[in-house]
This record gives sequence, C-alpha cells and structure tokens, in this order.
Amino acid sequence: MSHSVLLSILLLAPFFGFLFNGLRFKSKNVQVAGVVGTAMVGISFICSVLLFSQLASLPEAERSLRAEYWNWLNVAGLQIPLAFVVDQLSAVMILVITGIGTLIHLFSIGYMSHDERPSKYFSYLNFFVFNMLLLVLGDNLVLMFFGWEGVGLASYLLIGFWFTDKEKAAAGMKAFVTNRIGDAGFLIGLFLLFGEFGSIVFETLNAQAPTVQDMSWNSNLTLACIALFIGACGKSAQIPLYVWLPDAMAGPTPVSALIHAATMVTAGVYMICRLSNIFIAAPNALFIVAIIGALTLLMAASIGLTQWDIKKVLAYSTVSQLGYMFLAVGVGAFNAAMFHLVTHAFFKALMFLGSGSVIHAMHEEQDIRKMGGLKKHMPVTHWTFVAGWLAIIGTPLFSGFMSKDEILWMSWHSPLGSWYLWLMGVAGAGMTAFYMTRLMALTFWGESRVPSDVHPHESPTSMTLPLIVLGVLSVFGGFLGIPHVLGKILPGHPPNFFEHWLDPRLANIPGLAQANITMEWIGIAISVTTAAVGAILAYRFYIIRKDLPEKVTSKIKGLYELVYNKYWVDEFYFGRIINPIVEMSKGLWMYIDVNFIDKITYWTSDMVKGAGSSVRSMQSGNIQQYALLILLGVVVVIFAVVMG
Amino acid sequence: MGLLSLIVFLPLLFAVIIALMPSDKTVRLSSLVFATLHFVISLGLLFKFDSSSAAIQLAEQIPWIPEIGVTYFVGIDGLSLWLVILSTFLTPLIILGSWESITKRVKFFHLNLFLLQTAMLGSFLALDAILFYVFFELSLVPMYFIVGIWGGARRIYATMKFFIFTMAGSVLMLLGIIYLIFQVDAQGGALSANVLDFYRLNIPFIANDFLNPQTLLFFAFAIAFAIKVPMFPVHTWLPDAHVEAPTAGSVVLAAVMLKMGTYGFLRFVIPMFPDAAAHWAWLFMLLGVVGIIYGALVAMVQPDMKKLVAYSSVSHMGYVIIGLFALNAYGVTGGVYQMLNHGISTGGLFLLVGMIYDRTHSREIVKYGGLAKILPIYTILFFIITFSSIAVPMTNGFVGEFLILLGTFQANPVYGIFAATGVVFGAVYMLWMCKKIFFGTEGELMNQTKGVLKDLSLREIVVMAPLVVMVFWMGLFPDHFLNWSKPSLDYLVNNRENYELTLKDANQNSQTKTALIVEKDEEEGETL
Repeated sequence: MSHSVLLSILLLAPFFGFLFNGLRFKSKNVQVAGVVGTAMVGISFICSVLLFSQLASLPEAERSLRAEYWNWLNVAGLQIPLAFVVDQLSAVMILVITGIGTLIHLFSIGYMSHDERPSKYFSYLNFFVFNMLLLVLGDNLVLMFFGWEGVGLASYLLIGFWFTDKEKAAAGMKAFVTNRIGDAGFLIGLFLLFGEFGSIVFETLNAQAPTVQDMSWNSNLTLACIALFIGACGKSAQIPLYVWLPDAMAGPTPVSALIHAATMVTAGVYMICRLSNIFIAAPNALFIVAIIGALTLLMAASIGLTQWDIKKVLAYSTVSQLGYMFLAVGVGAFNAAMFHLVTHAFFKALMFLGSGSVIHAMHEEQDIRKMGGLKKHMPVTHWTFVAGWLAIIGTPLFSGFMSKDEILWMSWHSPLGSWYLWLMGVAGAGMTAFYMTRLMALTFWGESRVPSDVHPHESPTSMTLPLIVLGVLSVFGGFLGIPHVLGKILPGHPPNFFEHWLDPRLANIPGLAQANITMEWIGIAISVTTAAVGAILAYRFYIIRKDLPEKVTSKIKGLYELVYNKYWVDEFYFGRIINPIVEMSKGLWMYIDVNFIDKITYWTSDMVKGAGSSVRSMQSGNIQQYALLILLGVVVVIFAVVMG
Repeated sequence: MGLLSLIVFLPLLFAVIIALMPSDKTVRLSSLVFATLHFVISLGLLFKFDSSSAAIQLAEQIPWIPEIGVTYFVGIDGLSLWLVILSTFLTPLIILGSWESITKRVKFFHLNLFLLQTAMLGSFLALDAILFYVFFELSLVPMYFIVGIWGGARRIYATMKFFIFTMAGSVLMLLGIIYLIFQVDAQGGALSANVLDFYRLNIPFIANDFLNPQTLLFFAFAIAFAIKVPMFPVHTWLPDAHVEAPTAGSVVLAAVMLKMGTYGFLRFVIPMFPDAAAHWAWLFMLLGVVGIIYGALVAMVQPDMKKLVAYSSVSHMGYVIIGLFALNAYGVTGGVYQMLNHGISTGGLFLLVGMIYDRTHSREIVKYGGLAKILPIYTILFFIITFSSIAVPMTNGFVGEFLILLGTFQANPVYGIFAATGVVFGAVYMLWMCKKIFFGTEGELMNQTKGVLKDLSLREIVVMAPLVVMVFWMGLFPDHFLNWSKPSLDYLVNNRENYELTLKDANQNSQTKTALIVEKDEEEGETL
C-alpha cells in the first residue's frame, strides 16, 4: 500500500473509533466499545509498523514519507498545508503511541468493565490517540499545535471523566488551564519563528536555522526557543507549570498510563527534538531548558519520596523522568532524550498499568499504607512491576539504565553540560531508587496491611497481557540503543541502532569532544552505586527497620513537612496569584463598570435629558429623544443645503 | 429590482404579510418559511458574486434626495458578503429557537425581527453614507421593542441605556457625514453622500496636532462604531442589554448587530481616514487588548450565565478590533473571520443559555451543577460551542484568533503578548462556568426539577445543528470562506492610503454619478 493510504488509515482509524463510540455514548456495553476502540488503535499500530518498514527500506537520505491533504489556510504568504510526514523521528513516536496505545486500550477493557459509560471512555481515548498522532505527524508548527491542543482537550475530558466528583472536574480544568498558559507561549514562539524565518514548516525551519550559535539573550531566535519551551513546560509538566500533572491522577489509571506517562507529556521533548537545529543554535535557551529540567527532576523526585498515594508517587516520578529528558535536550543530547522518552514510555506505562491492576484489586484503594504483601495475591502484576522497578532505578542492562546513563554522561561531557547538571542528575537517580523501592516495599512486599474486607486478586488476562508485554520491553528495550561504551565490551559489539536511526534528523552538538572512556565508566559506576545505595536504604527503611522512617522524619520535621506538602506550590499559586486575580476582577466589575463608567453615563444622560426637556415640552421617553436627535440632524442638513 | 435590494427589502414584505395573518401558529410557521427562503435567496449571492474581484459588485443606484446628493446606493464586496449571509443564516434559527419561549404578541415579535433584518442588511449593503446612517439607526427601533416588550424585569432600564450609548455616538457620526458631503462638493463640484466618493476625498491630516480634519472625522466615526462594537470603556450597555433581552434579541445583538460596529471600521474608518487610522492605531489596539483582558476577567466573576457570555463578547470583540488595527493582512483577515466566528459561537451560546432558561427559569450559575448527567445532548452541544468560543484548533474560533494574534504580533509584539494571555483567560471563564453547570454534584435547581428536566427536543437540536456544522466547516476549511473576501481584504490592506473602489457590472443610473466618479472613471477606466 502506498504511504499516503497507510497514513490516512493510521489517522482515520482512531478518529472513526472516536465517532463510533461517541455517537453511541449512552451504551453500557463495554465489550463492543472496548473491542472497537482497541481494534482501531491496533489498526493504527499495524499501519505504523508498515510505514516504519517502508521508511527503513529507503536509503537513509530519503527517509521521509509525506502526504498532503488540503491547504488549510493560505493568507498573504502564510501557507499552512494539512500535511503529515513520517520520518525517522515521527516513526518512532507513532510506534510508541499506537503500540503502547493498543496495550492500554486492551487493559482498559478489563479496568473499565464496571464503569457506567465505557463507550464515552473509549471514544475519548481514541480521540486522544488521533490528536497525539496529529501532533507528531504534522509537518509544521500549526498542525503540531492542532494536536497539541487536541491532546490537552482529550486529557481534560479524561481527567474529569468521573465528573460528578467536583475535585476530579477541577483537576481536569486545572490541567487545561495550565496547559493553556504553555500554549500561549507556544503560539508566541511560533509567531517569532515565523517572523524570523518566514516559515512554520519544520523542514524549512531546520534547514534555515543559523549554523553559527546565537549567543545573545534577546534575539528573536533565543526568545522564540524560550517561548516554545514555556509551551513544553505546560505540556510536559516542568517547573513552574508541572502542578497539573499530579492532580491529573484523578482520571482513570489507564489514562494516566497512556496520556500522563507514556505519550502526551513527552510532547514537549518531541517538539524540541523536532526543532533541534533551531534550538542548538540558541545555546542560552538550551541552558534554561537544562536547568529547568534538572531542577524539576530533583524537586519532583524529592516529593516522590514522601507521598502515600501509589499514583501520586508515579506521577511525581513521571515529572522527574521528564526532567531527565529536558536535561538531555538542554545539553544537546537529543538522541538520548528521545531514547529515554521511549524506554520511559515502556516502564512507566507498565508501572501505571500495574498500579491500575493493584487499585482494581484493592477496590479503588490508592494509599500504599493500606497495602503490603500483595506479591502473593498478584504474582503477574508483582513480577512485571519488578521489571519496571529495575528499569527505572537504572539496574545495569535494563532499559532505564541504558537511556539514563546516556543522559548523565552527556550532561557531563557535552560542551553545553556541566558538573552541577551531572550532579543533580546523579542525586535524582539516588532519590528515584529510594522512592521506587519504597513503593515496591510498601505495596508488594513485607506483611499485608490490607483491610480484612478487601480480598485482592490477580487481574484478568486482558489486563495482565499488556503488563507482560510491557515488562519484556522494559527489560530488553534498552538494547535498541546500547551506549557505545557498553557496546564495546558486549559480545559482538552491537551498535547503537537507535542513535543511528535518528541521527539524520537530529542536530549535532557543536564542539563535542571525543568521549573519554575511563571517565564514562567512572560516571556509570558512581550513578549505579548511588542508585544501589538509594534502593538498599529504602529496603532497610521499609522492610527491615520499619521504625526508621518515623525516626528520621521526626528529626527533620520542618523539611519533611515542606516536601510532603509539595513545597506549598499549589497554595502559593492559589493564594498569591489566582485568588488575587479573582478578587481584582470583582473589583474591576464593581468599581469600573458599575460605579465608574455607568455613573458617568447617567450623569451625562441626565444632562442631555435636561437639555432636551428645556427645548420641548413633550413627555420624556427615549423614542422621542431619538426622534428629536434625528430631526435635529435633518434640520442641520437642510439648513446647510439652503445656506450652501 | 436587483438581487441586493431584494435581499434587503424582502423581510419588509414578509413583515407586511405576517401582519395580515390571523393566528400565532401561522405567523410562526410562515416566518420560519420566509426566513429560510430569504436565506436561500441570499445564497444566490455566491453564484452572482465574483470572488476574484475587489470591486463593488451587484451595485444598484437610484436618486433619492438629489438636492444633497443622497442616493439609494447598495453594493456588495468581500467585506460585506459573509456578514449578509451570516444574518440571513441566523434568522431562521432564531425564529425556530424562539418557537416556545415567545408567547405574547407573537405577530409583533416576528414583525420586529423582520424589520431588524432589513435594517441590518441595509447597513451592510448601503454605500451611501446617509442611507447607511438611516439603516444603522433604524436597527435600534425594532431592537428597542424586542428588549422592551419581551425582555426581563429591568428591560426598560436596559433599553434606555442601550439607546443612550448608541445614540450618543451616532450623532457625531452624522455630523461627520454631513461634513464629508460638503467636502465632496468642495473637491469635486457636487454634493454627494456616496461612500465611494468619500474614499477619493483628500482630507488633510497633521500628525502632531489633534485638531485637524482627518483626526476629528476619524474620531467622529470611530467613537460611533466603538460604542456599537462595543469597545472598552464604552461597553457597559452590552451586559445589561443582553441580560434583559429575550434569547432572540441577545442572539441578533451579539451575532449581527455588534458586527455593524466592526464593519463600520472596515468600511468607513480605516479606508476613509487612513492616516489618522494608522496614527491612532496604537490607541485602538491598546483599548482592544484592554478589552480582551478586562472582558475576560470580569466575565470570570459573573454570577449570571448571560452576563458571562456578554462580557465574553467584549473580550472577543477586542480581538476583532486589534486584528483590524494591526493593519496587516493577517490581522485584518483574522478580524473579519473572527466577526463571523463570534456570530456563530456567541449566537450559539445565547441560544443554549436560552434553552436551559426555558426549562429552569434561572441563569444563576451557582444554582446549577451535575447537568451533564441529566442532559447529555445539551452538554455535548454546549461543549462544542464552548470549544469554538475558546478557539480550540479545528473549530472556527482558532482560525480567527490565530490570524489576529499573528497579525498583532507582527504589528506590535507587546500587544501580541498581552493579547495572547486572553487565550488563557478565555479558557478560564468558559471552563469555570462549564464546570459549575455541568460537573460536580447536582445543584439546587437540579434537585427542584428532578425528573421533569428533559434533554433537548428535536426542534432545539435542529436549531443547534447548523451552528455545529459551521463550527467545524469554518475550522477545517477556512479557505472556503476566506477566498471570497481575500481580494477585498488584500486591496484594503495594500491600498489603504489611496483606497478607491470601482463598480463591477454596475446597474446604476448614470445621471446620479457625481463629478468625482465620472472623472476617475475616465482617468482609469476598468482598473479593477
């Protein structure tokens, strides 16, 4: 099949699913809704695989399949075609989106089996996949923005899926509005780039990007990159716009796995990689990206240490891992960022689905203090979760290790990196190991704290199958992109397929020195040791010496409270920003509209009325006044004519 | 009689016919049929209109008051085409939407609606300044009755406010028109109220002095239109008028009548006073940006749904104004598109608010809650229109907002950045309202009306369906609509300084041509 037909099916299948289930939204039949919903994404996955193989069969320089539908807008030199491109970069993304998407749809059939409105759920989920595909396939910034806002909309609808709960509806709104702040930044970046390069098409932009680095802070290029990064902060939950993601856990758990872990939240990383030539030309903007990424990964990981809600731990973990990806793009390691995006999609989707399986088994309980010892009740969930755990904490040769160590190494080695960025990354790795081990220990290991009326059980096959597939990917997925230093000692010296595949689409770091093998090994040793210490410490805290957490937190009570309460950031935003704006708006309404402008009007109209009644003695009324004024006008005209 | 005159005066004929009808039922039914017929006839414009020309088309000119050079002169171009179709498109929906909510003096209601239609269409099509003025003012009378008779409790107060504001502005405009009539005489040898003559006038402008003819005329016209739009700070009549108006009044007011203001800027202010418009563009962009943010902030704290939508109109019309005063192709095109979008989305929102008001007799947001579960179809439609209103891509709203922001950004990045914050605030007030009405636990009103609250009837779905179709059609294929207006808009943007419109296939009486037109025609022939 030609690539344009495949692309059309790829996009239209989930859209059809959205319409199909959307039009029968009242149906309670989870089988029909689920099977159709899953099948549509499955069809998209098959198309993605076929497109990928078509792409791979092309010579490297020609790996780009484009399909144009119609000209969306054409105004004075601004041409926005509705065109989609599958190239090395978007091919990776569509495989992840539709592949993991299919697994999560399948998982949802079991998970949503007791829900009242499964059709609506699958309709929204398909709508999300459609928009996510738009986002990654669009050949220009405007089409990306279509998907960008579309996934935000889908996220809004799914977070607030159980809308009768006020807090869940509020979480949806918080997500949408926070994202909109980012979107305003995205638009400003788009306008700046259009003003600078006269185009919004990725290929043109990357081709026209200056080859000399722009060292100023206030050039259009630097500002455009910063503005676009604000957009990324919204979508990918970075400081200061990360606050919506933990709340987004109000949505059904598979939604958290698909949207708030594997795909949508990585859109910001993808966007920067898509424009890598532009960003690499603006090192000052990249510096901001790296710093924000590093700060976010530390801040979120620290909050993760203290949370009791299984999904909240995973949510902060996601924010933290996204921080790693931005650290990577910030030091110019676009390839490492994309690789971590993919491996993270595997192991984080796995753990979210695993937590969904746990929550399902625990009758909607999410507090890990009420779990423990689930290992024996839910062996599949446990063992797959173990795979995810080993991957995320960076156990050598597991997928997370391969990608994270690449990032850490580049944050040190790249001319855009530095020792403190590396140190923050290593510290984050230690914390990651701690909070993930803590989560494992409290949920699956040790003795059971499950309330006696809850009888946890393993989930049905439709739910465990996706877990197993993702578990395998979490363990072995890393071999797609074996770091060079590791490849050298492995039998057969496997190359880094992933890097090789993406290389033509991603910018190179200017002035990157030859890697120092010894340094790289020392770095790996330090980060693995740090992670091991973190994991062992957590095991000791939560399995062996269960009195320790209490003792430690009481010693550093102030600090603990600060972190446990998420640094009071939400309180700050609401108390110092949102509420004052609301109060001010009430003031504007009461004092400017009602008491100022209107008062002046009454005063003026009283004067006019006074003047009117002095001229004539007709009864007052507006029609009469109106007629009088018209009459006056006509008199003036006639007078003027006569005089003229 | 030409097609344009037919379109303008057919509603008057309808008004006469329904005046003779006996029962309310026949009045309603025939009004609906007439309005639909009118819409179909107006679509004839798309067959007769040459979308490749920027000239005035289908013009008709008949002497009216020759003593002062006033003629009955109508014509259409890319600026007015879609506004005409927008008004004829909405009228049948408004009639069908008011089917059950208007129960008293049904005949007089529809009579006013048709009269209003003539006045609005006349305003969009008139190319004689006095004729325009007459239609512009005439539109107030039926609106006065619609609000004053079928309105809410404080309707008299609202109509008065509405009147005083609008009148105050248009008096200045009338003086300006009279001055211009004499200027044509002074510069061309005959009195003329022909707008095409006005374009050709050479009106002195001094940049650093306020008291010069062009600046004064600019403000005389601009204030009149600014009140109509309405722009901050002369917007306060709008929320009151909307709250008191019946649904039909609100829809016409928001969807079409406000556009008479922005259309005035396009047709009169910018091309007739290009130097003053460019010189004072900063002021109008500033007020536009203030309007966007101010309208959105005040909308956010409104307890009444209609008032919220009314303030959202202030915000949206602020976008139109900054687009027009960006004075570049993106801004102006976006502004024109946004005028249509606002007609669809705000018209739709007022219809939807009316539908729920018919059921619960309350518009107080806090009394609602959990409606999504009870009225799913209503909820879906409300959300679609909301997404259009907050400019989500693939809806019409995005096209306009995107182009306006792009144009504003190119004209002045600072205004662009501030205007872009409206993207956030817009989402806040609309989603806040949606959250309170549709989500959460069932509100006070929902408990009172338990079991009797019914989802939308077939009639109401039929009212909303065309709007929903337009939301996506205009969002996905903006070129289907913009292509018709592009020549006119491009011409306006590129030739602001020496704007002249010629007539295409003119149908006018050559005797009424003024000296100026004859001269120019001889000089340039068929330039366009």
